[in-house]
Amino acid sequence: MNAAQMAAALKDKFGDVVSAASEFRGEQTVQVRLDALKALLGYCRDELNFDCLLDVSSVDHQGETPRFEMVYELYGYGHHQHLRIKARVGEDAAAPSVADLWATADWHEREVWDMMGIRFDGHPDLRRILMWEGYPFFPLRKEFPLAGKPSDLPEVGFSRPAPMADGPFVTSAGATDTVDREPRAKPAR
Amino acid sequence: MVAPAETHAAYDSKIEGNVVFTKLDAAINWMRKNSLWPMPMGLACCAIEMMAAACSRYDLSRFGMEVMRFSPRQADVMIVAGTVTYKMALAVRRIWDQMPEPKWCIAMGACASSGGMYRSYAVLQGIDQLIPVDVYISGCPPRPEALLEGLMRLQNKIEREHSLVDQKKELLAELA
Repeated sequence: MNAAQMAAALKDKFGDVVSAASEFRGEQTVQVRLDALKALLGYCRDELNFDCLLDVSSVDHQGETPRFEMVYELYGYGHHQHLRIKARVGEDAAAPSVADLWATADWHEREVWDMMGIRFDGHPDLRRILMWEGYPFFPLRKEFPLAGKPSDLPEVGFSRPAPMADGPFVTSAGATDTVDREPRAKPAR
Repeated sequence: MVAPAETHAAYDSKIEGNVVFTKLDAAINWMRKNSLWPMPMGLACCAIEMMAAACSRYDLSRFGMEVMRFSPRQADVMIVAGTVTYKMALAVRRIWDQMPEPKWCIAMGACASSGGMYRSYAVLQGIDQLIPVDVYISGCPPRPEALLEGLMRLQNKIEREHSLVDQKKELLAELA
């Protein structure tokens, strides 16, 4: 069974909680409702033999509701198929933790919490992983400025906005010479 | 290049026993500058160039700086080599505080000097916001020659210090 057939099987099995199964350049993506996410991921692991969770990431769709989206990349070492599972998460909702299904999700979910601020239900140890405990912001959210915001937690950590000179540093891929290609301060367009 | 150092010692071959006349400051500074023990604070790719500078091709030991100490309590000069993130910054500060006086600091490379290309929420924009820096070395990363030049400039700076008056104030007050 290839990934396209598995996506079709998931749609048959879970019915209308799977809102869309799409293909892009040979990659299968299944969009699922948040309340069925855990059951569907469990089914993928136990019945469809996706024994490897490659990555857990998140997307900020600012201005839409629900605002965030969780993205799970699954891979099976037995059948060598890749499947992407997506689920939308509202600003006040918490995603279910899959750390009990794949142990690797532990740190991935901590990173999503640290950078995007999505909470996880049932996570064994939901602490920040890159920034320090007590840092007040979630830096990968779209409203967070690239230069950062000031924060202060005496004896623990602090941050100051970075001087942006004449704009963010931009790389021009495909430019003719290295001087044009390397990162330079260019005004945001 | 750095100008040759001013001579601070007088030697009279007619006196038996190889007696050398000098100033106490000059003697202290001469001893200090020729055995700088670096604390390698390697945080990013600059550390690779620092390792190259310590290896046989560039050979820091020609200038008496080869004794890299991984305990801050035994180090004289902290070479901050690499990107200092806010999360790492306080660790760097803590290690700096553990180094005994007199101590010096070198900011090696664009990141340690100014944040470099990392204009972002996560990176401290120059280690001089936390600890005093004696020598800044430009480059991304600087070549080993640049690190050697920076260390030799630090040697020149140490040579011009008023070690006794500035650093032994309590002793001098006791004697007076």
